[in-house]
Amino acid sequence: MASAAIEPETVPAQWTHRHLLDLERLTANEIRLLLDTAALFKEATGGCRRKLAVLAGTTVVTLFFENSTRTRTSFSLAARRLGADVVDFSASGSSLSKGESFIDTARNLEAMGIDAVVVRHATPGTPHLLAQHLSVGVINAGDGPHEHPTQGLLDIFSIRERLGDLTGVTVGLVGDIAHSRTARSNLWGLVKLGAKVILCGPPTLVSERWREIGVEVSHNLDAIVPRCDVLNLLRIQFERQNTRPFPSVREYAHLYAMTRERLKRAKKDLLILAPGPINRGVEVTAEVADCPQSLILDQVTNGLAVRMGVLWLTCGPRAATGGHA
Amino acid sequence: MATLLVRGGRVVDPSQGIDRIDDVLVRDGFVVAIGHSGTQPVGRVDETIDAAGLIVTPGLVDMHVHLREPGREEDETIETGTRAALAGGFTSVACIPNTEPPLDTQAAVEFIHQKAARADTCNVFVVACASRNREGKELAEIGQLVEAGAVAFSDDGAPVYDAELMRRIFEYCRMFDKPFLAHEEVLELTAGGVMNEGLVSLVLGLKGMPAAGEEVMIGRDIVLADVTSGRLHVMHVSTAGGVAMIRAAKARGIRVTAEACPHHFTLTDESLRGFDSNFKMSPPLRTKADIDAIIEGIVDGTIDCIATDHAPHAIEKKMLEFDRAPFGILGLETAVGLSVTRLVEPGRIGWPRLVEAMSTLPARILGINRGTLRPGVPADITLIDPALTWRVDVHSFASKSVNSPFHGWTLQGRAVATIVAGRVKYRLGGG
Repeated sequence: MASAAIEPETVPAQWTHRHLLDLERLTANEIRLLLDTAALFKEATGGCRRKLAVLAGTTVVTLFFENSTRTRTSFSLAARRLGADVVDFSASGSSLSKGESFIDTARNLEAMGIDAVVVRHATPGTPHLLAQHLSVGVINAGDGPHEHPTQGLLDIFSIRERLGDLTGVTVGLVGDIAHSRTARSNLWGLVKLGAKVILCGPPTLVSERWREIGVEVSHNLDAIVPRCDVLNLLRIQFERQNTRPFPSVREYAHLYAMTRERLKRAKKDLLILAPGPINRGVEVTAEVADCPQSLILDQVTNGLAVRMGVLWLTCGPRAATGGHA
Repeated sequence: MATLLVRGGRVVDPSQGIDRIDDVLVRDGFVVAIGHSGTQPVGRVDETIDAAGLIVTPGLVDMHVHLREPGREEDETIETGTRAALAGGFTSVACIPNTEPPLDTQAAVEFIHQKAARADTCNVFVVACASRNREGKELAEIGQLVEAGAVAFSDDGAPVYDAELMRRIFEYCRMFDKPFLAHEEVLELTAGGVMNEGLVSLVLGLKGMPAAGEEVMIGRDIVLADVTSGRLHVMHVSTAGGVAMIRAAKARGIRVTAEACPHHFTLTDESLRGFDSNFKMSPPLRTKADIDAIIEGIVDGTIDCIATDHAPHAIEKKMLEFDRAPFGILGLETAVGLSVTRLVEPGRIGWPRLVEAMSTLPARILGINRGTLRPGVPADITLIDPALTWRVDVHSFASKSVNSPFHGWTLQGRAVATIVAGRVKYRLGGG
């Protein structure tokens, strides 16, 4: 069994939220607390391998309105590692086709006595809507192109594990920024922790307006590669695009794929992340994906740690507030 | 029949250049005179309304209202919608034909008139479809619809996409001197969009509808109105670029008029940050710069009138994921309060201009015998308390729906009595 000394007993008082909906509205300290809690659980579970019992008696529902295997498996495993019971509820079209609204679906689950809902949905804001209508904790596992807070946290966790403090670190987010929830969660988390963010891709996928929130926008990967400490290569979301934002995959890869040639002109210790599933040959070539600087597999393990941390903060017991009779 | 005296209010009637404390005398449902207060013998009076401290205006006219009947009575009916109009101070509404089925036949127009007569609330004027079945493919029977009483034509909810058909509609409507009310939207540019395209849509990951989606179509229709001498009325102008194009077109003498909605001069796309679908409408809420341009357009007359685009939706339809929820916002019961609070109170416009925008000009554009207190016209009169501050409560609305984002807002200015053809149809508090 894990040593009792490092297992937390109650949720820290600094964490005041019931939900995890997005990173945009969290403070830097709250994001650090999330990352620290993830680190604590990574250690307590011997690298996310051992099982604890800190959430025994808690029931977590994964309510996915979009297909997912990786994120859902990661959440389920994280919940089980903490001793919680997990129910997977796939709702892609099924309840809606019977005319039931998704709020009704969620209320039904709530009435069964659950403690938290992990929700994925194609529409931005759906977790926020659920949080208004349910009294249990809501964790956003991806709401359309809006945010994917645990993915953002695990990317940042992986960078922080290698580099420590993020202040002044230059991170390039490359690719389909327009349709990427991962980009948005990374962006907010990184900016709040003091990193410098460069968004890179064609103008049809990377709006100039992003400059208005103080990040750099570039349409030239070759120009930014030598300046970056970290590159996060985002997947082209063919399924979310109304019209094709570039002429061909071949041309996209020519301009924006991270190749061995581009790697040669990067800093020697450049870190490479890619939130899967990657399209090998589109965003990144195979030899770069598998190179020593690639954190792609670290990201998967750290996903468990981050999700354990998030589940704990959302569902864990709160300390009785002192000072009251 | 009966004689009604509205005594001692501030009578504001831009159609006659009147703005003074005076009495309005009504007999048998028609305006008889605006007499100098207390100096003229009026004969026997059956009912006197003390209007001291109130604004007395020709009944307000909302030229853009979705009454939903026939077809979507779960959202609104002619009865509930017109009761909402009365509660908002409107004595006349023009109903938009995107019903199910759409209003593209004489029978459909007749149906609306009968239902409105049965409701016995406010006047309902029918805007009929410009294209058959509102499909944008061929002309509706515009001449016969005019005979049935249609006052204007529109495929609102959608643009007339075929430019050649649009040209024909302008040409054909000219024969009857009827305006075409245009919903301006280039659908390829707004496809899948649910809010204004801008920094906020970028941050929220919601698909945007760019200002260009509205402006490109306004440009096309101005050109077509010009070459046909047709009458273009641009509905719900929401962008600074649109205001500028309309201003330029008017300066060139093109027959174009325009309306703006209270929500478009009150709210910005920042409101969408809470993902509340009550803020979702088309055209969408834009930016501060657009609000400033719209207000400037109202001040200088580029935008002729204020219309609500009252678009009720039953709560179960709005309480959905943001992209599944329909576009639309209630307007009738908050229009006066928002206009007074946003335009008159800050000193951007005076009462005469507000009355012009909410009564005189919409009546003139529709060619209806309203929007004036000239002797001999039906006595539609609205009494507004300009100082009354009140809290918006959607649960007290006469409308069947509650999709207003202004719930809980405190507004100044409210209709306290609404008189239609000489009969008091609404009094605040029911007194």
